[in-house]
Amino acid sequence: MAYLDHAATTPMLPESLDAYVAAAREIGNPSSLHAAGRHARRLVEESRERIAAVLGARPSEVIFTSGGTESDNLATKGVFFARRDADSRRDRVVASAVEHHAVLDSVDWLAAHESAVADWLPVDAACRVDPAALAALIDEHGDELTVISVQWANNEVGTVQPIAELAALAARAGIPFHTDAVQAVGQVPVDFAASGASALTVTGHKLGGPVGVGALLLGRDVGATPLLHGGGQERDVRSGTLDTPGVVAFAVAVEAAVKTQPEYSARVSDLRDGLVARVRAAIPDAIYNGDPVHRLPGNAHFSFPGCEGDALLLLLDAQGIACSTGSACSAGVAQPSHVLVAMGADADRARSSLRFTLGHTSTGAEIDALMAALPGAVERARRATAWKTPRG
Amino acid sequence: MSGGVDSAVAAARAREAGHDVTGVHLALSRNPQTFRTGARGCCTLEDSRDARRAADVIGIPFYVWDMAEQFHESVVDDFVSEYAAGRTPNPCLRCNEKIKFEAVLDRAIALGFDAVVTGHHARLGADGLLRRSVDIAKDQSYVLAVLTREKLDRAMFPLGDSTKTQVREEAAARGLAVADKPDSHDICFIADGDTKGFLAGRLGESPGDIVDGRTGTVLGQHDGAYAYTIGQRKGLDLRVPAPDGKPRYVLSITPVTNTVTVGPREDLAVDTVTADRPIWHGSSTPVECEVQLRAHGEVVTADVTVDSDGLTARLHSPARGVAAGQAIVAYRPDPAGDIVLGSATITAGSRAAETVAAETVAAGV
Repeated sequence: MAYLDHAATTPMLPESLDAYVAAAREIGNPSSLHAAGRHARRLVEESRERIAAVLGARPSEVIFTSGGTESDNLATKGVFFARRDADSRRDRVVASAVEHHAVLDSVDWLAAHESAVADWLPVDAACRVDPAALAALIDEHGDELTVISVQWANNEVGTVQPIAELAALAARAGIPFHTDAVQAVGQVPVDFAASGASALTVTGHKLGGPVGVGALLLGRDVGATPLLHGGGQERDVRSGTLDTPGVVAFAVAVEAAVKTQPEYSARVSDLRDGLVARVRAAIPDAIYNGDPVHRLPGNAHFSFPGCEGDALLLLLDAQGIACSTGSACSAGVAQPSHVLVAMGADADRARSSLRFTLGHTSTGAEIDALMAALPGAVERARRATAWKTPRG
Repeated sequence: MSGGVDSAVAAARAREAGHDVTGVHLALSRNPQTFRTGARGCCTLEDSRDARRAADVIGIPFYVWDMAEQFHESVVDDFVSEYAAGRTPNPCLRCNEKIKFEAVLDRAIALGFDAVVTGHHARLGADGLLRRSVDIAKDQSYVLAVLTREKLDRAMFPLGDSTKTQVREEAAARGLAVADKPDSHDICFIADGDTKGFLAGRLGESPGDIVDGRTGTVLGQHDGAYAYTIGQRKGLDLRVPAPDGKPRYVLSITPVTNTVTVGPREDLAVDTVTADRPIWHGSSTPVECEVQLRAHGEVVTADVTVDSDGLTARLHSPARGVAAGQAIVAYRPDPAGDIVLGSATITAGSRAAETVAAETVAAGV
């Protein structure tokens, strides 16, 4: 099988899996006071320190969660509630138009249920947010803004955002700035303190750790109203028994991913560049979506004019090649990607897109397998679009 | 794969026969939440999940294909406009013709597949002839007779030799969770089964007269002629009783004058049926055969002629409740399953004058 969908989830690193299994064999709730509990607590706190150390955060800023979706919900809804409670004039939430649904739908929910005003930052054709748009919004509504959320890198087209610039604008105005860095950690350099962000989302299963565990890095001075109530295990912001083996394995994976990031990035972006060049040579009218420079190393995203992305996916899947249309699903039905629509693509271009993402296990042989199948699949998928046109 | 037991077993049989099978569930609603919920329909998220689980158990790839736009244009809009035109459409037939064996088939062929397999209860064997299922009560050849030779050559119906009971038993034996799932009966895109309300919502109220077919007397008012079907007896709500006290039936619907014509049961009888858009499978006409005039309706013997004007059937005994828009399907009786000779869309039913006279005498008028 050629697995070209690492942005969906990537295989666990062997050292992370080993750490998980070792910790899972032990007993102890980190909140218990006895020796077993203290041992589990020690594993959790060591993990917290390891993550903080490699991501430029203080250990106390690491809040363990169930993953990216929960962290994004807490950073948007939780910070919104806290900021509005502190000053009722604040009722606006800012996010880029190309956020993951975990942010997008949280903001929509606040607008629908909490009378929040949603301000969507537009992107250019390469999916980049223009800091000037945020500056203008802060000038006009600075006193009313609760939280600003812009992803570090886009999960579909791989565009890396100018986070430091955006965070600096927010910091100058005293507005909390959250960034969803789920796709970025391990792929590009990510340093929480240096970025100037107040909150940052990271998750395990995109960087070689287990699924179901992640963290929100949250500055000590950033208030967030809890969304989950209970034991208050994580700084009273997040409740729930800590998942000791998950946290341990997550920390091992984060540390490994960050430490190997420079070599990883060089190797994978070389593979990716080869893939892109070969796709362009084989299918000259393919459109390479996203920013060619400010881009995740493993991401290659194309539109194939005249094809349905889901037809291509089916044809490649049948030949053992796993990739993604990169769009949201409801009942498995592909909707045109909001990311491509925000980039100015029409619905046909959005529907004709396919995402290939490489990761730590990727090989040249997988790209060879893709290139053996893709031209035929594109040709066949083009013929299949004729079904769309009703017959007389 | 609708999420029901028939398509699940059909897929399993096709795979077992050695074919390279891919499961496809059709998303037919623009908003999946708006279609019927629960186990009765074929278009809900739950049905999609049931289909996916069946594909897992069978061991085949599974995808959802979004056919909502095509379904809306070809089936739902057609359903509404046919009623507006005073005809009685069969949306399941239209879905087979335009969606399953056109939109899906065309796409599948283009993608490299050879055929569309469905869980319909009908036989299509090596001789290429479409026949009734062994399970007469579940037979669906009536709604498949619209398929052309070209489409039939790309169709597979693996269930035609089995009864529904056998299909359910086989599903249970194969470990398919849908073995006990209730059959779907109603129109899948009318969530609450209220066809009249569905049409009223799309066509609006359009009051008109209900008149007596023999005297022309106005007997009452209706809110929309589309709510009536030829042969309908209940719900006429006529204040004036018939002189003979006998029930009255809808005889015809005339959209131009927005009139519903009613009369006694004997006036429903027709002995000649004309139809257009014939799909005829080769045998020369006129031919004496059996015709079926609506889904699960009675079968009558007739002489059928197909020519450039369409199809004409002279019935050997009168039929009642013949509605324009329904299909007339011609069968040749056969011990190995009655063979579909062809079908067409009914445009009118009529009575020869001598038949009217004979019946009038017989009725003692």
